[in-house]
Amino acid sequence: MLAYLVKRVFQAVAVMFVISLIGFAIQDNLGDPLRELLGQSVSEEVRQELREELGLNDSFVIQYTRFLGKALQGDLGTSYFFKEPALDVILKKLPATLELVLGATFIIVGFSVPLGVYTAIRPNTILSRIIMGLSIVGISVPVFLTAILMIYVFAVGYGWFPSFGRGDLVHVFGYWETNFATLDGWSHIFLPSLALASIMLPLFIRLIRSEMMEVLQSEYVKYARAKGIWPWRIYFVHALKNTLLPVITVGGVQIGTMVAYTILTETVFQWPGMGFMFLEAVNRVDTPLIVAYLIVVGFIFVVTNTIVDLIYGLVNPMVNLARMGA
Amino acid sequence: MSTLETIPPPSLWVRLWDSNMGYSFRRNPVAVVSLIIFVAVALMAIFAPLVAPFDPYDPAQIDIMNSEYPPIWIEGADPSFLFGTDDQGRDLWSTILYGTRLSLLIGLCAVALQAFLGITIGLIAGYVGGRLDSLLMRLADIQLSFSTLMVAIIFLAVTQAMFGSETFNQYAIYFLIVVIGVAEWPQYARTVRATVLAEKKKEYVDGARVLGFGPLRIMVRHILPNSMSPIFVISTVQVANAIISEASLSFLGLGMPPSQPSLGSLISSGFDYIFSGSWWITAIPGVVLVVLVLVINLLGDWMRDVLNPKSFKG
Repeated sequence: MLAYLVKRVFQAVAVMFVISLIGFAIQDNLGDPLRELLGQSVSEEVRQELREELGLNDSFVIQYTRFLGKALQGDLGTSYFFKEPALDVILKKLPATLELVLGATFIIVGFSVPLGVYTAIRPNTILSRIIMGLSIVGISVPVFLTAILMIYVFAVGYGWFPSFGRGDLVHVFGYWETNFATLDGWSHIFLPSLALASIMLPLFIRLIRSEMMEVLQSEYVKYARAKGIWPWRIYFVHALKNTLLPVITVGGVQIGTMVAYTILTETVFQWPGMGFMFLEAVNRVDTPLIVAYLIVVGFIFVVTNTIVDLIYGLVNPMVNLARMGA
Repeated sequence: MSTLETIPPPSLWVRLWDSNMGYSFRRNPVAVVSLIIFVAVALMAIFAPLVAPFDPYDPAQIDIMNSEYPPIWIEGADPSFLFGTDDQGRDLWSTILYGTRLSLLIGLCAVALQAFLGITIGLIAGYVGGRLDSLLMRLADIQLSFSTLMVAIIFLAVTQAMFGSETFNQYAIYFLIVVIGVAEWPQYARTVRATVLAEKKKEYVDGARVLGFGPLRIMVRHILPNSMSPIFVISTVQVANAIISEASLSFLGLGMPPSQPSLGSLISSGFDYIFSGSWWITAIPGVVLVVLVLVINLLGDWMRDVLNPKSFKG
């Protein structure tokens, strides 16, 4: 186990190293920090002096080492637009995005398990066919289109929900202000979460269904049936447990994907999260913020994937850790 | 002299029609309808310059005074514009045809690139094995752990900021194909590798080796044809995904520019006008996009059921 853990962590560090290299290359080539600092009406002499002072004439390796050293201390540069440390800007926006992902996750888990199990144990009923049919339609509708449709119908058409922003927030601690404490907050987060969930939900229903159908064919389920165990107990206790293993793996990977889809939902709903901020940063060519976003998002991906792999290794008795560690 | 009566070998079309796949296709109305719709959409897109009443890329045919006419079945419409006009005064029907052409082109080219990279890497990894195999598969794992959309968004955003939108817009189509093509190669590589590992042990491969064929020939001429069915199944799903990715990127303003819109950028430009009541600029291209992706997905589903005997029908 230890060898596997070390290997996995080593790989995570290696990937983060590559991401930091990409981040540095972007910072090095995109935009001109001198112009941001000085403006355009400064003599060439002053310009060169500042170049020297900022270390922009140093070699690539020295500059990269400096960049890495600062990054490890949490200093990813200062945003040109906000005039604040880039990491702070992102951390302030992070809770909004995470709450959106959390809301979507609740919807996904709440619906995919019962629907997936139902379509697996009663594959030929009309309801199952409708669910499966809708799920393939769901996969085919891009998330931004779902979001636009929801705004058009429920916000503009019926006026049931607000169409943009986060609404009333309650401060929890640090940068974290939550949507889940007021009714207004709930009404603001409902549509964006639903839109975000709409792309993943069909995927999970189909995944749970196919895994469940496979498990239901296995010997131990037949044995449990023969023993006369109450069917619902077989489905939800015996079979579901083994179904969830691949679901967890896919789920972990999908958390990262959801972060990407938040950019789309946040754009449509003007949700003040990381993704919305990133697109604004791109339009303003706010290089430090772009680089910081790249590194933070890369970090989220690497950490979730490493954790999922480790959990998978721990939970699945069929994974031979000694062999994988070798 | 009696001439020997020879029966000509059945054509490819007849063989396909008589095969299991052809039989299951005829028996599956969903697949038939999906294929008909897909072929119809594809033909209209390919022949867009002939079908479309206007040329949306020709500024001489665009009049800003014509902007935001509703479709003809709504009051206040101009009868020369079937689906109305967009915010710039372009005929929406023509723009959709040209946009569908771009979306399909980008989707198909991106998947062709994915398939080329993935099949090459998968064949090599599976056939050579050993350290190279584990290295390549590690890379595939890492690549897969980053969502394509995320990679594409960051790559395109940085490229756009670096080159400026003028240059970026000019080459947007190539950037889109490359980024969607490169980001998804592991899907193919993993599947091809798995089939290669299974095929490699079979006797016909040993036979080919005994005959003195080189590894390249064995890989491409002998093993690859036997790995085709999973490749077909992946390809349909991948085309659908690539079209969605392209639309999403264009919607964010990181893809095709409004002057040369794909379906995604058309939806995006319509979104600015949805609150003022011009729903058709968003809705009609949206419906076309969903129908296109849906029929491809339905065909993919059907193909998976046919080609994979282990899968459950339901």
